Amino acid sequence: MSTPPNRSGHAPPVASGPESTSSTGTRVLGAAALVGLALSVVYGLFVSPPDAQLGETIRMIYTHVPTVSVAYVAFVVTAVSSAMYLWKRTEFWDLLGASSAEIGVVFFVLTILNGALWGKTTWGVFWRWEPRLTTSAVLLLMYIGYLAVRAVPADTRVRATRCAIVGLVAVVNIPIVHKAVDWWRGLHQGRTVLGTIDPEMGGNQLVAMYLSLATGLVVFVWMLLHRFRVAYLVERAADAGLEEALAERRAERGTPSVEVAP
Amino acid sequence: MSTTGYIVLSWVATFAIGGGYALSIVLRGRKLSRAVPPERRRWM
Amino acid sequence: MIRDAALVAAKDLRLELRARVGMGQVLPFAVLVLLLFAFALDPDRGVLERATPGLFWVGVLFSSVLVLQRSFGVEAEDGILDALRLSGMAPAAIFLGKVAALVVQLAVLEVVLGVGVVVFYDAQPAHAPLLLSVAATATLSIAAAGSVYGALSARLRSRDTLLPMLLLPLLAPVLISATRGFEVGLEGHAGGGWSWVALLGVFATLYLALGAFLFRPLLEDA
Repeated sequence: MSTPPNRSGHAPPVASGPESTSSTGTRVLGAAALVGLALSVVYGLFVSPPDAQLGETIRMIYTHVPTVSVAYVAFVVTAVSSAMYLWKRTEFWDLLGASSAEIGVVFFVLTILNGALWGKTTWGVFWRWEPRLTTSAVLLLMYIGYLAVRAVPADTRVRATRCAIVGLVAVVNIPIVHKAVDWWRGLHQGRTVLGTIDPEMGGNQLVAMYLSLATGLVVFVWMLLHRFRVAYLVERAADAGLEEALAERRAERGTPSVEVAP
Repeated sequence: MSTTGYIVLSWVATFAIGGGYALSIVLRGRKLSRAVPPERRRWM
Repeated sequence: MIRDAALVAAKDLRLELRARVGMGQVLPFAVLVLLLFAFALDPDRGVLERATPGLFWVGVLFSSVLVLQRSFGVEAEDGILDALRLSGMAPAAIFLGKVAALVVQLAVLEVVLGVGVVVFYDAQPAHAPLLLSVAATATLSIAAAGSVYGALSARLRSRDTLLPMLLLPLLAPVLISATRGFEVGLEGHAGGGWSWVALLGVFATLYLALGAFLFRPLLEDA
């Protein structure tokens, strides 16, 4: 069956692609995230009661636990993507790993920031060499290294291989850093209160905690989708740039050249 | 700064940095989408 | 495969002996670091003696970065890495060979630094077996992890800044463990020095295995 002619007689429009990295999926996730964030603020800052031990500062745990959890999830995603890239060698895994690593670094920065602010209120100082914060600092530096390697201009496959290796090497170190720092700093301080979902939390405190945590994870997925698509676009833009350059070269070659190859 | 001040700062900073990062991704996505031919913009 | 590894190790060590960069530059650098710490920390305040284990291992780490840059820098310049890749030797063997050569060089470094801290900081080794075990496992760890990142950054022009940036955070647990182990071994602190040896052993094993596994993609693509 032939397509009926367009009423105005014009040719049908060319298929157009999306104008941004959004999609139905991200809009749904985004809406859910916004709802979750609003509820988290309400529960975290207002509805939930102050803690028996921590007082009002428990409200900072509601930001700290989600950021650190997301950071760890992000680095696991990077690790899995790194391994998959070395196995399958497809662009998908490279872009996924790099996107996740960047998000992980952002969330680790937030983790340390929140930890420092919590420390200021509780200990009076912005930093103490307690296990959680110390480990975070080491992990942050390792993954900044990943981003530094990513930033080095190189052939796509070379860069992807390098990053995949850093991703794997770094993730293997995570439990070892934890153990070393815990043994070391655990000698000097008791069990850290910072950043644990204390089973003694009750009622609305638990609600606030799990709500923030779930919201954080939704935000992570939303960010990952967008960031992955951006990374994909960067590669396609680079391809387009390369093709333009090649096309220009071919056009130049079309004109007779003075040099003759031997 | 009081405890309340630090709590507020913690939440505000988290939202500001997280939100700023999110915004930067989305804006970058829009800018790049314009630079790439329509049929090649999405992985799937 | 062991024979290939030994070949690679022997080649590396021969190159190093001939060039004498290790002896001429890195060892003096290591001793210099010890001096700098003394200048910074003021020998009269008793800080140096208490900090000796840490200062020793920080000195080892900084000097190791130089050794690694030297070891992998030469490779890249002369295309030796390519030649090794094309030689048909198993990448894991090449990796182990490089690790072995590095262990030897680092061991020499540590002996020199050890003499240095005994002389300059008045260190008194209490438990030699513990000290040696800590040193052995820590050295293996540094050599294994260092070889992976050394090979990765070999062809980069920014190698000099990138390698320490990558390697030193990775080696943080090694520094922590080795220092704590030396605290027990040098000053007779109470506490399980051997648990630290165990942790170092885990690190070394993991990174030897990981490095052997990753050296093929490293050689081919990085």
